[in-house]
Amino acid sequence: MTRLSTFDKALLNILQGDIPICSHPFAEMARRLGTDESTVLARLRELKSAGFLRRIGTFFDSNRLGYHGTLVALKVAPAELCAVAEAVNRYPGATHNYERECIYNLWFTLLTPSPEYESKILTEIRSLRGVEDMLKLKANKKYKINVQFKLQ
Amino acid sequence: MEILSEHDKEIIKALQEDFPLCEEPYKILAQRVGISEEEFLQRVRKLVAEKKIRKMGAVLRHREVGFNANALCAWQVAPDKLDATAQIMSNHAAVSHCYDRTPAPNWNYNLYTMIHAKTRDECEKFIDELSSLTGVTNYKILYTKKEWKKTGMKYFCESL
Repeated sequence: MTRLSTFDKALLNILQGDIPICSHPFAEMARRLGTDESTVLARLRELKSAGFLRRIGTFFDSNRLGYHGTLVALKVAPAELCAVAEAVNRYPGATHNYERECIYNLWFTLLTPSPEYESKILTEIRSLRGVEDMLKLKANKKYKINVQFKLQ
Repeated sequence: MEILSEHDKEIIKALQEDFPLCEEPYKILAQRVGISEEEFLQRVRKLVAEKKIRKMGAVLRHREVGFNANALCAWQVAPDKLDATAQIMSNHAAVSHCYDRTPAPNWNYNLYTMIHAKTRDECEKFIDELSSLTGVTNYKILYTKKEWKKTGMKYFCESL
């Protein structure tokens, strides 16, 4: 496992917050860190291939793009859990899917552009073999969405 | 809801792919859409100003950076205390997500927080803190047992 240096942590802290929106964003990041563009890019490629970065890119406000989200909990017969989890994974709108310690043992978030489309998907999932119950927990207000880990 | 132009959707589709790790990443994305880098940057800034983009950045794999105990905590909050409770919980550094949700029959939890900690003991200490700060005592801790999927959303790709 690659160990994170002080430089890495400073780099990742900037990268998590804001990639500059300009022609040479990594040069701008390098300037803030007191180094050069090629050093930043080389280290980011290493950290990415070592598995520290889940995703680098753009994070949208799904509501403002016309999508709405629901957290869905399934009670799945243990023997069918793997097959159901894989079936859920195949829907592009199912972005997070976790097995959890609860009688509702599979929890996923579903983003869809219309209630009709959501209902169609959830009807399909509810009818999968092994799905014994389903909770639909529609998101109302999002108070916090901030997946940033301050590295020290 | 204001309508996004087809042109904006093309830009969003380019942006939701992995961000190129090279000197001029926006130029590469602009080429995919078939516009100049300058126009692309202007469009991105507009999407940020309209708050359609929350951030340009990275998400770390939290287990790799040392967060091994991650739980969804579902809270049962009196409706008139929901807003104040959610504000207090959102201020806690260990909470990454805090949403209020319409509960389901037989599942009367209406506030949901994701909590990240290094160990289960630490996670439960944070949950105790949240409980005593807010006075909410009815909650359920749902530890992550296995991650089956975690991806960014791909917008405007449904086969409707």
